Amino acid sequence: MLWEALFLQLGYNATLVTLGACFLGVAAGVTGTFLFLRKRALVSDAISHATLPGVALAFIVMVTFGGDGRHLIGLLLGSAASAGIGLLCVSWLTRYTRLAEDAAIGAVLSVFFGFGIVLLTIIQSMSAGRQAGLEGFLLGSTAGMLWSDAIVILIGGLATLALVLAFRRPMSLVAFDPEFAAANGMNVARIDLLIMGLAMAVTVVGLKIVGLILIVAMLIIPPVTARFWTDRTDHVSLISGIVGGVSGYVGAGLSASAPNVPTGPIIVLVSFALFCVALFFAPNRGVLAAVLRHFRFQHRVHMRQGLLALAQGQPIYEKLTLRLLQRAGLARPDGVATEAGRARAAKALRDEKRWEVVRADQAFEGAAALYDGLREIETVLTQDQITEIDHRIGGPAGVPT
Amino acid sequence: MSLELAANQGTAPIADQVDDSPLAIRGMTVSYGQKPVVFSVDMTVTQGAMTAIVGPNGAGKSTLLKAALGIVKPLSGQSMIYGQSLKSQRHRIAYVPQRASVDWDFPTRVIDVVLMGLYRELGLLRRIRPRHHDKAMACLDRVGMTDFAERQIGQLSGGQQQRVFLARALAQEADLYLLDEPFAGVDAATEKAIISVLKGLRDEGKTVVAVHHDLSTVNEYFDRVFMINTRKIAEGSVAEAFTAANLEKTYGGRLVTGQIDQLDLAAG
Repeated sequence: MLWEALFLQLGYNATLVTLGACFLGVAAGVTGTFLFLRKRALVSDAISHATLPGVALAFIVMVTFGGDGRHLIGLLLGSAASAGIGLLCVSWLTRYTRLAEDAAIGAVLSVFFGFGIVLLTIIQSMSAGRQAGLEGFLLGSTAGMLWSDAIVILIGGLATLALVLAFRRPMSLVAFDPEFAAANGMNVARIDLLIMGLAMAVTVVGLKIVGLILIVAMLIIPPVTARFWTDRTDHVSLISGIVGGVSGYVGAGLSASAPNVPTGPIIVLVSFALFCVALFFAPNRGVLAAVLRHFRFQHRVHMRQGLLALAQGQPIYEKLTLRLLQRAGLARPDGVATEAGRARAAKALRDEKRWEVVRADQAFEGAAALYDGLREIETVLTQDQITEIDHRIGGPAGVPT
Repeated sequence: MSLELAANQGTAPIADQVDDSPLAIRGMTVSYGQKPVVFSVDMTVTQGAMTAIVGPNGAGKSTLLKAALGIVKPLSGQSMIYGQSLKSQRHRIAYVPQRASVDWDFPTRVIDVVLMGLYRELGLLRRIRPRHHDKAMACLDRVGMTDFAERQIGQLSGGQQQRVFLARALAQEADLYLLDEPFAGVDAATEKAIISVLKGLRDEGKTVVAVHHDLSTVNEYFDRVFMINTRKIAEGSVAEAFTAANLEKTYGGRLVTGQIDQLDLAAG
């Protein structure tokens, strides 16, 4: 079943949903990148919850004027209008009152969502409302997705992607350094509104598939995942788009391959799985890499301390130090230095003295700044400089290396 | 916060002679909440000189610069660039913000930061070509950071971060350089590198204005000094304005007489 789903063999509806979800994932991942980089990820939560009253009001208006209350474009326009109002409320509250942004988000999110739920209850009691199925917008409902719905998602998503592509430079610049952007004549407030407006567009487009409660995950998880793999802004948004697209495709496929499995939540779980892979296995920023780095550093510290202790004839009590020295063939099990160990220890002690000279002399200021107790002095100074320092220290010149 | 004084509405021409001073500020008042941080300040920057803006913490040094550039909206007042409106002359200004004002864990490389200085040239869609890249590398070379071009900015020391910011400003090829505390928290080697770049700019006929904290180096680094503590205290060449009396007025009791004595002040 799963293979059939992934190769789009499960029938018309499943294929539409899978392709739609994939495309939505790409758009959400790319757009969410800038929200994440501007540290405004949570604003998307307020935006998405603020769509609900708009959906309900649009339904009421369309029914009142005798139309089909479930017309998708009408519902999406309504949701966009109320999400836009919610967005303006958040940015107005943060700018002109003493409320912090998180408080403003919390207030807008809950009030709009509550209002939306009240309207949904009213719709339930309307004669035309019983079969409305508007609850589907809460968690997404893909069962009855039509060709026209897919086209709406495609066009909305494409327009969003095109805008992101066109404005990626000012958006990255504002996200990194808003003051510099403003000094260059950019209208920072307007760019911020653009970033959030694009997230709003994705939210509205994604209502049908993922629903308003979980769309946040599609905007936030992919860029956070992408950040683990790269240190470049353009690559973050590229990888984020890929992560979003794969999550949408695989998630929709999984949910289509089993009966009664919701699409939106599965998509979110798939993207979470990709996040976990990145969290643990990403080079540099991943947890595993960090742990490895820590152990390697710890070993270097212990080796250094052990060598200095050997050189000064002090006993070594630390078990890890002893083990490391033994394994490197520098000490015997009873803690006595081997031939090689004595040579390395003497060198370590010598380097310590050399560093002392370097750190006391203004002329070596640049090199002294690099001192951390571990760095090999040869990586900082030239052989000539070391010879000169040795000359100053005096004593045996031929220290074994 | 953004209320403007009715008396200052409109675009009345600046009354005094500003001629074509690189930066002329008139009647600038900025306040956060009800407390003015900068009050009715005039400043006339001299072309081709290095000017230090000096004053105690919270005296409005950085705010004055930000207001002059329109980063912060002033309550009243205006700034003119080379005798014309800020809007028409922005391309002649390079601004270096405080190093601490950005998140250095941002996913970007050193070279990308410098390329931001070419934003005006690149616009929204133009591709980054080898000549843009070469230009950015040349700017990194001037601050001695070419080896770091491909590094993520989070791996830099404070001094290196400051030099990258300066390289970005150099890429803008401006006539007027405004720097907010370029020497704050940098190592001595970086301080030397930065001051030699800035002096190089001045020798090319550019104008440099820097918010400066370290009173002991004003004499050595700068030609002119602007002293501020919410209001303007003094403005002029270091020789005539950087005097014990003016320092007393600027810092009040915050500088003990002993500290003033240690400064290599001009006789005044």
